[in-house]
Amino acid sequence: MPQMTMIEAIRDALDVKMSQDPDVLVFGEDVGYFGGVFRCTAGLQEKHGLHRCFDTPISEGGIVGIAIGMASNGLRPVAEIQFADYIYPAYDQIASEAARLRYRSNGDFTAPLTIRTPVGGGIYGGTTHSQSPEALFTHISGLKTVIPSNPYDAKGLLITAIEDNDPVLFLEPKRLYNGPFDGDPHKPALNWKKHELGEVPAGHYTVPFEKARMIAEGDDVTILAYGTMVWVADAVVKEMGIKADVIDLRSLLPLDLDTIVESVKKTGRCVILHEATRTSGFGAELSSLVQEHCFYHLEAPIQRVTGWDTPYPHAQEWAYFPGPKRVKRAVKAVLKGA
Amino acid sequence: MGQTPNSTENIDKTPASAASKKPNQSKLFVPEPPFRPGDTPDYSHISVPSNHTPVRPDPLCDAHDTVEHALKLIRVLRFNGENAGPWKTDLSLEKKLEALEIMMRTRAMDERMFTMQRQGKMSFYMKSTGEEAVSVGHALALRDDDMTFPTYRQQGILIARGASMKEMMCQVLSNSGDPLDGKSIPVLYSFKKHGFFSISGNLGTQLIQGVGWAMAEAYKNTDGIASVFTGEGATAEGDFHYALNFASTYRAPCIINVVNNQWAISSFQGIAAGRGETFAARGTGYGLATLRVDGNDILAVYAATQWAAERARGGGGATVIEHYTYRAEGHSTSDDPSKYRAENEGDVWPFGDPIQRLKTHLIYMGAWDDERHAALAETLKKEVRETFKEAEAMGSVANSTQLPDSTMFEQVYETEPSHLREQRQMFNEELG
Ligand SMILES: Cc1ncc(C[n+]2csc(CCOP(=O)(O)OP(=O)(O)O)c2C)c(N)n1
Repeated sequence: MPQMTMIEAIRDALDVKMSQDPDVLVFGEDVGYFGGVFRCTAGLQEKHGLHRCFDTPISEGGIVGIAIGMASNGLRPVAEIQFADYIYPAYDQIASEAARLRYRSNGDFTAPLTIRTPVGGGIYGGTTHSQSPEALFTHISGLKTVIPSNPYDAKGLLITAIEDNDPVLFLEPKRLYNGPFDGDPHKPALNWKKHELGEVPAGHYTVPFEKARMIAEGDDVTILAYGTMVWVADAVVKEMGIKADVIDLRSLLPLDLDTIVESVKKTGRCVILHEATRTSGFGAELSSLVQEHCFYHLEAPIQRVTGWDTPYPHAQEWAYFPGPKRVKRAVKAVLKGA
Repeated sequence: MGQTPNSTENIDKTPASAASKKPNQSKLFVPEPPFRPGDTPDYSHISVPSNHTPVRPDPLCDAHDTVEHALKLIRVLRFNGENAGPWKTDLSLEKKLEALEIMMRTRAMDERMFTMQRQGKMSFYMKSTGEEAVSVGHALALRDDDMTFPTYRQQGILIARGASMKEMMCQVLSNSGDPLDGKSIPVLYSFKKHGFFSISGNLGTQLIQGVGWAMAEAYKNTDGIASVFTGEGATAEGDFHYALNFASTYRAPCIINVVNNQWAISSFQGIAAGRGETFAARGTGYGLATLRVDGNDILAVYAATQWAAERARGGGGATVIEHYTYRAEGHSTSDDPSKYRAENEGDVWPFGDPIQRLKTHLIYMGAWDDERHAALAETLKKEVRETFKEAEAMGSVANSTQLPDSTMFEQVYETEPSHLREQRQMFNEELG
């Protein structure tokens, strides 16, 4: 089976869909001739033609706006926003339009579009190249928000997103583009080419939404994570030598609540991880759901390890990023008295 | 007058933050409309060009050849009823009579719905009085399968395309006959089958979506086009800029219509216009063809639309059309225009009323008269009243909508995700 980085897996997903379906168009800032600032669309214009993969003006509202118009007219646009930090100019088009079109027209018009955008920190991106704005989107009914943590899922989820008849926000953790990252910036960078989830089948396959992936299994504690934090959790669990369910949510909305509830009922303990800021972050929703569904099984208060409630700093990157030290502390706290 | 326009009183109190700086002669300029409540409006300064309508260039001309069209005004119907000038249309008499009827039907429906809102049958309504020529003239010049991206003031398009007035009324009443199952507030129609895109409450958003629709038509290599609308007020939204820019970059086969009815709720057009010469002229800087048309002249609207549609279908790209008109009535049923503009401003507006103007022309042509006109108005009034009765029988927000509440859970997604299924159950338990 081919080994791929997440970048290659994403490009391959686009290539597979563009080859299969002439209605799939790919566009965004610098995605055409140049192939994208992260190379996710490299070669697509050359292979599929100028009108299938093209550059747009620097206008996020415009990019999502034309995607909605195209999607409602029968195409399957895949729009790229260069960094999630720059998605806000398109927020109105996503929240008020793409997400609501089916509902407000009672199914008369639909918007089967995909918006891809790199998210997350750990790359010295500072305030405007590191954000994780997922909670601003999981709060929007009518939109689906997914986030892969590895090349296999990235390709399968992206194909599912493109084939889905609802608008999908596809968040790509840029810290994971080339390899997994366990939260320790001093270790040598890893590459997906030596990882089992870097094995990506050629051709078409899908990974379903509303279905989490178990990264590790165990009875001691449930760790809920997505994106880069999956690999931080995995490393911490291994290092601590404990048995934990590490659940990669993959799809935030719709959410695989059954897998979460089943796990927490088994372990009685839950730690929630995300890079995004704490207050009103997606972790608050997860914590609330676990509390509602697993209250009588909980043996300790639910812990959240998140980014601080500050803009993402530059020099203080590793004090901000919810790294292994903080995750370990939270796991120890929920295990106390176990 | 309650307040002095451009009063200097407020700026003479220099803010402390400016204490160390020198005075600036421009001060802070805030434009004000020429007339406010209590004033006697006088629009004699607005010239009504009769003999200098700009030439009709080839629809596939260079965009630059229409620069002066953005500053002039295309007119066909003279006040004496004559049909004249280079934009004179070849519309048959039959078609013109049809156009008159559609405008009158639109107005009759608006009248009835406004009254019914006042009687508490529905929560809200918006009339298009005085602007019927824009939507009807435009729709008649397009193909029925050209997608329009309207605002809430182009109901004339639906009437022109033969939409069921009963279905429209059911939407406004949010009842069991509402194709939208009560999901949207009144007048935010969606009629894909009539090429009428779902109206959003968020101003401006549909402009760039229409450009995307047109890009898809071009990609599919069909000769379908899109026609997008905005009021002049909402041209200030970023989406207007997106639309003009993307339409220009990708030569999208579309028409971008600015309906300049002089008012955006209580704000006069000068608030949105800035120091711009005209709204049509906004297109020039983007390299788009531009036309400015007398929006109360249905034949001029028809002619300009036909030109722009031909240009779009022929690969010439987008045209910006400014329809110069006047919002004759309040912004909506929630608005009282006497609080911000002179009372009889609409009456003295120099371009008259679109229905009267076409009527005068048809009489001039010997094809119409006052009696037939009055009779038609009466027939339409009856038709609308009867249709409303039928619609009301299907429910209304005033008594019972006759819609099951659980429909609110439908069409959020194509298939119901588990969290919504759970909420639907919660709803049944808590309120069922
Ligand atoms: C984004 C947004 N801002 C504000 C409003 C509230 N609003 C509704 S209509 C309107 C005025 C629009 O004026 P104009 O574009 O000139 O159109 P007209 O009503 O004159 O047809 C405003 C401010 C809105 N619906 N959407």
